Amino acid sequence: MDLLMPDSGLLFWMLLSFGILFLILARYGWPVITGAVERRNERIAKALSDAAAARQLLATLKQQEEKILQQSRDEQTKMIEQTAAMRKELLEQAREAAREESRLALEHARTQIEKEREIAFQEVRSYVASLSLEVAEKVLREQLDSDIRHLELINRMVDESLKPRA
Amino acid sequence: MTATGTIKSLFVAAFLTGCLFPVTALAKKERPPLNVKEVIMGHLEDSYQWHLFTAGDRHIGIPLPVIVRSRERGWFVFMSSKLKEQEHYRGFYYADTGRLKGKIVENDTAGQQVRPFDISITKNVLALFFSCGILIFLVLRLSGRYRKLELEGNPDAVPAGIPGIMEWFIMSIHDGVIKKCVGKDYQRYAPYLLTAFFFIFLNNVLGLVPIFPAGANLTGNIAITMGLAFFTMFAVNIFGNREYWKEILWPDVPVFMKVPVPIMQIIEFFGILTKPLALTIRLFANIFAGHIIILALTSLVFLTVAMGPAVNASMSAASVLFSVFMMALELLVAYIQAYVFTMLSSIFIGLSRQEPHKHKTACAVQDQSIH
Repeated sequence: MDLLMPDSGLLFWMLLSFGILFLILARYGWPVITGAVERRNERIAKALSDAAAARQLLATLKQQEEKILQQSRDEQTKMIEQTAAMRKELLEQAREAAREESRLALEHARTQIEKEREIAFQEVRSYVASLSLEVAEKVLREQLDSDIRHLELINRMVDESLKPRA
Repeated sequence: MTATGTIKSLFVAAFLTGCLFPVTALAKKERPPLNVKEVIMGHLEDSYQWHLFTAGDRHIGIPLPVIVRSRERGWFVFMSSKLKEQEHYRGFYYADTGRLKGKIVENDTAGQQVRPFDISITKNVLALFFSCGILIFLVLRLSGRYRKLELEGNPDAVPAGIPGIMEWFIMSIHDGVIKKCVGKDYQRYAPYLLTAFFFIFLNNVLGLVPIFPAGANLTGNIAITMGLAFFTMFAVNIFGNREYWKEILWPDVPVFMKVPVPIMQIIEFFGILTKPLALTIRLFANIFAGHIIILALTSLVFLTVAMGPAVNASMSAASVLFSVFMMALELLVAYIQAYVFTMLSSIFIGLSRQEPHKHKTACAVQDQSIH
């Protein structure tokens, strides 16, 4: 039984046809298929990683946006606060100025009143003096001449009488 | 799988009924009883014509070209139909006894029976051409498809249907066996290993299909498996790196085992030969044994004819059932043996290209952590 004895003819054909089969498939078959599939796998992997990167980027952008929004909000609040403070200050200033103004006016008025009063007093005094002079004249007409000395005397006397009142 | 197995076993039963029934029918009259061993071997061995069926006394088959070179008379090419049993044609005849039984022989000038150099297109050679043709057709059609898709600017289209299955099958071997077992330079060896895998797988499956262009016992023939193993041996030893040859010529063992008597070198040298031998025998024996079992189970139908209709009927049923089971099993074996051959070849190639030891242990640790 030649089961375990390889037949030389068959071995020859086997080496020849398998060799040709191998050359054809190695040249035009397998590398094309495995290359195409591997390239496809690479592209798919790349697309997936790109998508992940894009998602990552989106998340970062969103975060940035949030941050910027927060910042502007903070700034707004700060500005509002500043404005309020400024307003308050201005108001205070205005109030202060008004107070000063009114104080000055009051002062002025007071001096004016004082002056007026002085004048009025003067008038009253001169009126009283002349009145009293008249009275005294009427009294003294008989005794005294209405000369200057007498008038001075009367004036001093009126002054003295007024002083304790003042 | 079982469904296809069933169909195939039915084919086998029908086929064998066709070719064996006349023999058994005649056995009742004068012929000697059915010689199961001869029938089985007749189906498994190579022959000069492709026997299709036997009608009565006539063997119907396809004659194949005989190509022989006589040592004294030169080349001869003729159809095997010219050469009938017990006949001579141009000095050639079938040897009927001895080691050369069934082969075409001639008598040299000294009257001695000698075998000419014989590269006839036998049944197995034709089956070999046929399977190579199928493989080239299938693979080139698939690769053409990818080329076309790439030309059309649509390279991301994933094939569906049969091409999708083929892609999955090819890539499962490419990524699961070749890439893993060969290691760094796998791309250089992938075309050979893929060719080997699909050649073996296709021929294993074709060997199970019992009708004409298929049905030859190709991967169960030692010349075929030896040819395959030769290619692997070639790949291992021609492209082996320095480390591989150092391991053979000057391995890391105490010096007295290397000189003056080169014990280790002799052992390593036998290692070079036993690797392809193991590949040869494993594939051959597995496929051969599977075929023998299926044929033997089928022969039960014809062997039990003499025992009466009751025994014959029950045994026939059992035979068909077991054949179905064996066919299913053989389909699995067809895949497993192709897988094992490819995996072992990948491992042998990987071993011939390994890095120096330090590196290897690191890789091994990494490998273990992956698994």
